[in-house]
Amino acid sequence: MSAISPSELTTPGLGSGLRDVRQSSFLLKLLVRKELKVRYRGSVLGLLWSYVKPGVQFVVFYVALGVFLGLERSPRNPDGLANYAVYLFSGIVLINFFSEALGNAARSIVNNGNLIKKIYLPRELFPVASVWVSAVHFFPQLVVLVAGCIIAGWQPNFFQLLAAVAGFLIVGLLATGLGLLFGAANVYFRDSENLVDMLLMVATWASPVMYAWTMVQEKLGPGWFAVYQANPITIGVELFHYAFWFPTTDGSAAMPPDLFSVWLPVGLAVSLAVVTLGQFTFRRLEGRFAQEL
Amino acid sequence: MVNAIEVSNISKQFVLRHTRSIKEAVVWLVKGRKGDLSEKFHALKNVTVEIKTGETVALLGLNGSGKSTLLKHISGVMLPDTGSVKTRGRVAGLIEVGAGFHPDLSGRDNVFLNGAILGMTEQQVKDRFDDIVEFSEIGQFIDTEVKFYSSGMYLRLAFSVAVHTDPEVFLIDEILAVGDEPFQRKCIDKIQELARDGKTLVVVSHDLDLVSRICERGILLEHGNVKFDGSIHEAVALLRS
Ligand SMILES: Nc1ncnc2c1ncn2[C@@H]1O[C@H](COP(=O)(O)OP(=O)(O)O)[C@@H](O)[C@H]1O
Ligand SMILES: [Mg+2]
Repeated sequence: MSAISPSELTTPGLGSGLRDVRQSSFLLKLLVRKELKVRYRGSVLGLLWSYVKPGVQFVVFYVALGVFLGLERSPRNPDGLANYAVYLFSGIVLINFFSEALGNAARSIVNNGNLIKKIYLPRELFPVASVWVSAVHFFPQLVVLVAGCIIAGWQPNFFQLLAAVAGFLIVGLLATGLGLLFGAANVYFRDSENLVDMLLMVATWASPVMYAWTMVQEKLGPGWFAVYQANPITIGVELFHYAFWFPTTDGSAAMPPDLFSVWLPVGLAVSLAVVTLGQFTFRRLEGRFAQEL
Repeated sequence: MVNAIEVSNISKQFVLRHTRSIKEAVVWLVKGRKGDLSEKFHALKNVTVEIKTGETVALLGLNGSGKSTLLKHISGVMLPDTGSVKTRGRVAGLIEVGAGFHPDLSGRDNVFLNGAILGMTEQQVKDRFDDIVEFSEIGQFIDTEVKFYSSGMYLRLAFSVAVHTDPEVFLIDEILAVGDEPFQRKCIDKIQELARDGKTLVVVSHDLDLVSRICERGILLEHGNVKFDGSIHEAVALLRS
């Protein structure tokens, strides 16, 4: 879009997918900034909402699951998870990021329909911008998480910090890929939004956010457990546990086997495959966006 | 002179009735596909138009004849069912004023956002920012949220951003009729200046006297077909008859 030489004839309207997004980084930046400005305009608490919502969510889950259902380790419950609060919150922040990113990306094309049907621009920008906005919202939650970890005696090594980056990347890529897919599908069938909402509800429980992965392994057996493990969100959550929760425990907790040798690469591969699929579908469908919106 | 726009034999069909939900589609399938899920009609039919660099062309025709649809194909917003469209250099459309403006952002933020949407780089917007504000005559209101602007102010700022994107090909759809008298004249002067600078212009307007002044060539569309392509005066006469 930026570098069109005036000496050549080109076909308008044929983008080159996510590569265009890199070329339009200025526009991407402005779209993200717009979203953030508009979202918090007129709300007294502003960005503080980004703390309040996950905070309340955390307290509810912690009391219900940790205390009432007994997942938290205590003198009377020695089989529970040590530092369950940190365990829970490190998973919740990642799931929140994923939910917000995918939910908004899936709606982004329809929401920007007015623009898309009038001016040509790389339409991939909208789902990608949604994911970036969610990444900005993720940041304050990360700050709260780190504060909690430090109180719980967190002393991570470099490798553990790297695991957090990898987990975030895997989940971010997955949200981008699914966001492209559902964002495009939503133009044709507005009920895809409901499908996404359902998917997000399942996603929260299909990963060891509230409970421990060992409980799943006991129930499922090795075959189905491998399927469970191949979910990039599961891998992301486990990497987050390894980065934030594990260094606050005495180190006796078991991490899922082959997390780094097998599952991290698998998660990355699955996410990249979903991005490829999403991008492919998006490009197949985007030619008719302007007339369908 | 080389061609700035080559529209070769394009056709475009639209569906009249849409199916927006999976349920409707399933019901239609279950009922044995009775009736058409979607009715189609040609919005453009075998349209071929070549426009040379520096030409000023008016697209004329009654409502619904396909003028906007043709402009959308030239800008790349829509792709043709058959045939091909080629353009040379950067194409900017004033397809609708203020598309891409966000009411909750200030005029300043909107200038940057809209400039980027129309393909300007960060440096270009910064360099031209003062000119854009001056041309728009928005003055101190530039930091006010756009939702508090009058429709005239809104239009002026949007138009100002668009003319400062400095494209090779300029598409203008029905925007010259809005705004107050003096600003309209200013816009028209600006458009004539662009024409003198050798920019390619494609203009849609219901003001036939105006397009006769700005454009040399007129293309008359009727139900998606090119009915006439020639001098603007003949085209206007034909439309008026
Ligand atoms: N996205 C769309 N879906 C279905 N029909 C459309 C769409 N866009 C335009 N049309 C129809 O195509 C015809 C041509 O429209 P348009 O190009 O806007 O006409 P004009 O600009 O000459 O008034 C009209 O009948 C209009 O209703
Ligand atoms: Mg029109």
